[in-house]
Amino acid sequence: MKGTVRFVQGNEACVEGALYAGLKFFAGYPITPSTEIAEHLSLRLPEIGGKFIQMEDEIASMCAIIGASLTGCKVMTATSGPGFSLMQEALGYAIMTEIPCVIVNVQRGGPSTGIPTHVSQGDVNQARWGTHGDHSIVALTASNHQDVFAMTVEAFNISETYRTPVVLLLDEVVGHMRERLVIPEAGEIPIVERLKTSVREGVDYHPYLPREDGRLPMSDFGGVHRDNVTGLYHDMWGFPSDDPSVVHGLIRHLIDKIENQTNYLTRYKEVGVEDADCLLISYGSSARSARHVVENRRRRGERYGLLELQTLWPFPHELVRSKCANARYIIVVEMNTGQVCQTVRLAVDRPERVFLANRIDGEFITPTDIQGMLHLIQGKGL
Amino acid sequence: MPVKDYIRERFFPHIWCAGCGHGTVLNGLIRAVEKLGISKNDIVMVSGIGCSSRVSGYLDFHTLHTLHGRALAFAAGVKLGRPDLNVIVPMGDGDALAIGGNHFIHAARRNIDVTALIMNNRIYGMTGGQYSPLSGRGILATTAPFSNIDQSFDVVELATAAGATFVARATTYHVQETIEIIQEAILHKGFSVVEIMSQCPTYFGRKNRQGDAVAMLKRMREIVLPIGAKAKHGDPEIIERGIFVRKDRPEYCAEYDDIIRRAMKRK
Ligand SMILES: Cc1ncc(C[n+]2csc(CCOP(=O)(O)OP(=O)(O)O)c2C)c(N)n1
Ligand code: SF4
Repeated sequence: MKGTVRFVQGNEACVEGALYAGLKFFAGYPITPSTEIAEHLSLRLPEIGGKFIQMEDEIASMCAIIGASLTGCKVMTATSGPGFSLMQEALGYAIMTEIPCVIVNVQRGGPSTGIPTHVSQGDVNQARWGTHGDHSIVALTASNHQDVFAMTVEAFNISETYRTPVVLLLDEVVGHMRERLVIPEAGEIPIVERLKTSVREGVDYHPYLPREDGRLPMSDFGGVHRDNVTGLYHDMWGFPSDDPSVVHGLIRHLIDKIENQTNYLTRYKEVGVEDADCLLISYGSSARSARHVVENRRRRGERYGLLELQTLWPFPHELVRSKCANARYIIVVEMNTGQVCQTVRLAVDRPERVFLANRIDGEFITPTDIQGMLHLIQGKGL
Repeated sequence: MPVKDYIRERFFPHIWCAGCGHGTVLNGLIRAVEKLGISKNDIVMVSGIGCSSRVSGYLDFHTLHTLHGRALAFAAGVKLGRPDLNVIVPMGDGDALAIGGNHFIHAARRNIDVTALIMNNRIYGMTGGQYSPLSGRGILATTAPFSNIDQSFDVVELATAAGATFVARATTYHVQETIEIIQEAILHKGFSVVEIMSQCPTYFGRKNRQGDAVAMLKRMREIVLPIGAKAKHGDPEIIERGIFVRKDRPEYCAEYDDIIRRAMKRK
């Protein structure tokens, strides 16, 4: 890959990815361990004519990015657990109104104020079910800086393609660690731009009537179509409706547009999965240690494999089931009490093969930790 | 342009009760926009949740019907995204000053060029008559069956202290004056606040034995008097109306444009 080489924090890699994807507006509220994203963008955005605002809280930040997105620009906010909790109502609004936006959650230990400067992956299920009501969501993660960059670009591309908020679940270790990053040259990674309607002035425009390919072209505020945006159930004009067929049609649309696209939305990496007797499944910074273990064992000729998930939601059930088909042990490595492990159990045949290797004490899960747990799981003692 | 050209007929009939003051505000708003001759494409109306917030859907502007209390936060994003558009935010008293109180004072402090209209009926209409931060002591509400012990905010004082650069009070009785004040508020460059005292005969009126809409409007005529009347009459019941604050202070979006100029030069 050609490009500029930098030595940066994961949070900066996220900033670079966002700018590469065309970010023009950021609203946020400081919170460890995400703050560097806001700090860097306060400097970088005005340099390209974009805007940064520090709002009064995370509720306001989430609302402000939705408002700005409606004027036609690419938008993002970044936070951590307590702030992500505050954003949930407006996140549901963005889902309901189908507004493209990216929400970065650099995870720390919770619940509540928890352990601000330490790592955790405890918000996986919150990303899925944090806002009320039936819905679907896209959530991506990354384990190293090059991937943070790439997944941030993906987050924007998916958000624009499907007109949906995308949650980027980073964690304290990835966010704060320093590592090499190659920023690709412009054009090297494709960028999805906002799809604008071609319906002319005076012709009836339906902001919520999907095209044949399922996409919904938008009309910016200030343009020639004056549409209505509401969090109430609404018809194809965006007008409120409690007609059962409209309500049913909309909720199915919101869920199906994500769930039916699971294959297209799934991003993952793998090492030695084909012949793995013991398959580790991991994501985010935990996947770094899992990879270390797998590579070591393979060097010794042992049949270990790694499946690193980069798309957590919609959960890639099919992929996980097929990759796990021949493994004797499936070990999910994560820093929570088994949020992805539970979902893996639902996805695979013979779920009794699935074990959890975790840490929930705010400390990073190391290769040694994983080795110890593998011994226990495989009945070899400590 | 005739009034009906500003209305989305598809949205009608409206949800308001007979005699509700919110319809009068809707009408006043249309007249103000019509007099100013602003193109419909140049107006974004952002509202929250409540009977009052339904104003946005009925009007043929770009409309954003958001979350209870959060309209001004959404509006900040819209305005920063397109500073050339007129952003108008109609809110209920609970919407603006209970759940949305924090966004309200911060929008005022930033002096962002948004027009906030607070339709103050001193009660939560949409949820059926609970007390609001503007009900005041002694008022009866479904959640204050023994009478309310919460003190109320004075919107004018609050907005002024928070830094709003245009602050006014109007009523649904003094319609002509309300239209003129809304016009001035829209024209003002900076955060403008217009408290419009409005009647909710269904809950506030009935609970507090204030009679029907006509009786409530008459009461407004008697106690809401031009600025200066309080001192003249020395009557604590009197509420003053008119324009209280109109001053120049750097506007947020203009200030940010300056940041962009500086940042681009540095680069
Ligand atoms: C987060 C949240 N909390 C509570 C509600 C319920 N709710 C809807 S409108 C409203 C109050 C409405 O009163 P006000 O803002 O004064 O407007 P009015 O209806 O009187 O015009 C409440 C509490 C809600 N929609 N969202
Ligand atoms: S409940 Fe009150 S505020 Fe709501 S529409 Fe009826 S009169 Fe108006």
